[in-house]
Amino acid sequence: MPHSTFFRFMGPSLLAMLLFIALPIVSIVVQSLYIEHPQVLVTSETCQPFGGCTTTTTVDAAATAQLREEQPLGQFNALGTYMDRNHLAFAEIAEIFRTSEGPSDVLSRIYNLPLYKALAFTITYCLLVTPLALILGLLIALAVNTVPQLLKGPVIFFSLVPMLITPLVGALILYWMLNAEGILGATIQNLFNDPTLSTRTSAPLTWATLIAYGTWTNAPFSFIVFYAGLQAVPRDTLEAAMIDGASRLERIRYVVLPSLKPLILFVLLVQLMDNFRVFEPIISFNAAANATSLNYLIYSSLNTQTTQLFGSAAATSVITIGFIAVLIVPVLLRVARELSAVRT
Amino acid sequence: MADAVYRRPPLVVFVASGFVVLWLIIAAFPFAWTVWGSFKVQADFFSRDTWWHALFGTNTTRLTGDAFTDAGYYGAWVITRFWRAALSTGIITVCVVVISLSFGTLGGYALARSTHPYRFVILIFALFFRAMPEVAVVSGYLYPFFVLNIWGYLPTAIIVLVALNQPFTLWMMYSFFQGIPRDLDESALVDGCTRFQAFRLAIVPVMWPGVITTGLFAFLLAYNDFTVTGLVLSENNQTMVPKIASYLGQIQSQGNVMYAVAAVVSVTIPIFLLVMFFQRYLVSGLTAGAVKG
Repeated sequence: MPHSTFFRFMGPSLLAMLLFIALPIVSIVVQSLYIEHPQVLVTSETCQPFGGCTTTTTVDAAATAQLREEQPLGQFNALGTYMDRNHLAFAEIAEIFRTSEGPSDVLSRIYNLPLYKALAFTITYCLLVTPLALILGLLIALAVNTVPQLLKGPVIFFSLVPMLITPLVGALILYWMLNAEGILGATIQNLFNDPTLSTRTSAPLTWATLIAYGTWTNAPFSFIVFYAGLQAVPRDTLEAAMIDGASRLERIRYVVLPSLKPLILFVLLVQLMDNFRVFEPIISFNAAANATSLNYLIYSSLNTQTTQLFGSAAATSVITIGFIAVLIVPVLLRVARELSAVRT
Repeated sequence: MADAVYRRPPLVVFVASGFVVLWLIIAAFPFAWTVWGSFKVQADFFSRDTWWHALFGTNTTRLTGDAFTDAGYYGAWVITRFWRAALSTGIITVCVVVISLSFGTLGGYALARSTHPYRFVILIFALFFRAMPEVAVVSGYLYPFFVLNIWGYLPTAIIVLVALNQPFTLWMMYSFFQGIPRDLDESALVDGCTRFQAFRLAIVPVMWPGVITTGLFAFLLAYNDFTVTGLVLSENNQTMVPKIASYLGQIQSQGNVMYAVAAVVSVTIPIFLLVMFFQRYLVSGLTAGAVKG
């Protein structure tokens, strides 16, 4: 296919990706180096006879607007936004180490810095939800493979819904059941006879419910992939293992799992990257007080009542993209190797 | 002998069936419960005392005279004008699906038939773009959109969603077209067709299974989106998902949580129908990437 034909076919798609994915990534790097103008303040002193003098500070709206007009991006701040308390906060961390009273004190004080708090939840969520969903999905796939045909159709149908449901909506449905007035939350309170046991007050409980939601919505994907993979497990090997006297568990351990290994790796990588972007459930669970994620931080800097903090959102975005780039490199290398293998 | 491999002792079948039924309940019960509860009043669906209220509608009967009420749906669709949001969602999803399939089909075809090494670069970059968090990308163009004065309009959200959808569409169509024999369009080329004619006459008639599968996922991306539509659209053009999120802030304080419950059920129904009618395509799309990669 000649170059010109290739690019005529590719054109619309390439243009869309360049304009609305590649350019924005450049744009956030630029934006992260600027910061919003402070408001121009005017201090005036008014003196009254016998009343003494009072100084009042007012915002000079016209001057502020003019400044914003002249430099719409804000003022150049270099890496200042990255270093401030809401982002990497190196100065604060150095301070914490200088005045620390032991490792637990250091950890709890670092946890109070917004970015590290978000990072703590994001990483915990990734590291717990990914394996839990994978194992649950594998168990369901193994179980579904043994049950009568009659059950298989409904299982696939009802498994697809939690996965394909709008994340915000799916999380809300679970939240309404789990909160203090919902069926599960109220039942748990009654069981333990403890009316304070609620996701709103307890951070560990909030984390646990979010992780439960993550497992519920992610398990079906691994189930579907593994179930398809199980149909392709070589029959001859299974038969040979049986003749050699392998028990049911041994056959799973030594025949089924090794043949699913590439799929396990695939599911692990895909879900790790998806879980790193956890965001909507935090809004649904109204959990921002106890659990935030990197994406939630970006969203909350943009979704403000007054001025949107473009600089802050952009700096968090750059940091997030940095983490994702590290996660995705092994995947990209693997795909590149496979693609070039196809060519030869 | 033939089925000795797949013969199972009854105990194994029993345990496995029990586990499967348990999973079915975990997967399906939340939806059933919410649909049932959406026809009750708040005092029933959110009852601290006992969930029997929700089951029998004790307070619903006391307040409305009937065990079922459509007050939540009336409140959501009529009073808070959820229909407008539904209309916006409809326009956005249809446009996103049509445009991203047109772009992606052409691109995927070119990638599958090209022999130039730079097609790998495009594929790898597409994968990288696919992993970008949407909210990070959106934070990049929110400011330019304000300056250009195109913030808040439906076409803006549509083109952004089309772009975000391209990496996935390209990959799906690329792997689908690789499965179609090259002879098909190459014989058309030999017969004197241009590349585009060959595509239209030889490829278009056989590409629909791949297009449907890819289109379903494009639909889900646009329909389920919260980040782009929530940040890019003005309040008048809001789609259903951000509308529900806005209920959470406003309505919870006014005691109209049931509006949100009714809206949530309304949003879920199209997904249910989609899964019901296209289960086979969805499963094949989900496993396509895995089996190859």
